[in-house]
Amino acid sequence: MFHAILFYSFAAILVVAALGVIFARNPVHAVMFLVLAFFQSAVLWLLAEAEFLAIVLVLVYVGAVMVLFLFVVMMLDVEVEEIRGGYTRYAPLGIVIAGLMVVELAQVIWLRGKEGFAVDGFRPTPEGYSNTEALGSVLYTEHVYAFEIAAVILLLAIVAAISLTMRRRPGLKQQDIASQVAVRAQDRVRIVKMASEKPE
Amino acid sequence: MIGLQHYLTMSAILFTLSVAGIFINRRNLILLLMCIELMLLAVNFNFIAFSRYLGDETGQVFVFFILTVAAAEAAIGLAILVVLFRNRRSINVQELDSMKG
Repeated sequence: MFHAILFYSFAAILVVAALGVIFARNPVHAVMFLVLAFFQSAVLWLLAEAEFLAIVLVLVYVGAVMVLFLFVVMMLDVEVEEIRGGYTRYAPLGIVIAGLMVVELAQVIWLRGKEGFAVDGFRPTPEGYSNTEALGSVLYTEHVYAFEIAAVILLLAIVAAISLTMRRRPGLKQQDIASQVAVRAQDRVRIVKMASEKPE
Repeated sequence: MIGLQHYLTMSAILFTLSVAGIFINRRNLILLLMCIELMLLAVNFNFIAFSRYLGDETGQVFVFFILTVAAAEAAIGLAILVVLFRNRRSINVQELDSMKG
């Protein structure tokens, strides 16, 4: 019972935060609502006993990705009213599509669901079960290739982000290492042969 | 008892809200990116609920990879956004029509 109260209260805050992301007039407020949504989801994942992912969500998403979003939103200095001046002509279509999706998903989940799908809840985990240990033992054995590929994807993201945003300013003095290394002595030093002179 | 269906419903609500958000905010590119993040969060809810329901950790490993790819996607997307703003002085989606799409 207590579990259900916790679930419903955090889920309600999550829905409110998602609504805030969509309808906030100020992009900074939208980012803050998204941070709230991630925190609520982390709590819901904790309730589902996925502890490791809940902590990763807070650390990686709130700690890194959302800070990146905040940086960009504040750096770009977009005029709020210009960007959000009224909703687009697609808004009614969007609401129709959202309504259709609600009907379809509710039908799949609640009407076509197996009997006793929800009533018994999740199976309790055995005594001494550690979510992090279980995840790690699968991640580094069965899924080790996918893990390596994930590392390469992160490297790719670093290289792509840096090479996209790095710019060369005109008039900036900088070294050209290749031409410095390629210099030969006869290009720079001229040895002049001349007769020795006697000082007066 | 809170079980699979409750988590699936939560995820469905979140996904629907983010789809509606993409249709409603078709002007600001940053808000579109944030709606995509919300969508990925809804998908992660599904993976975790089914992972717990079936007692199989593979679903949670998949969430781990989704988080990785989403972080990479957010970094590259925001980099493109910064370059776009530097060149066009605007991130309004409706002004980005130079490819006549």
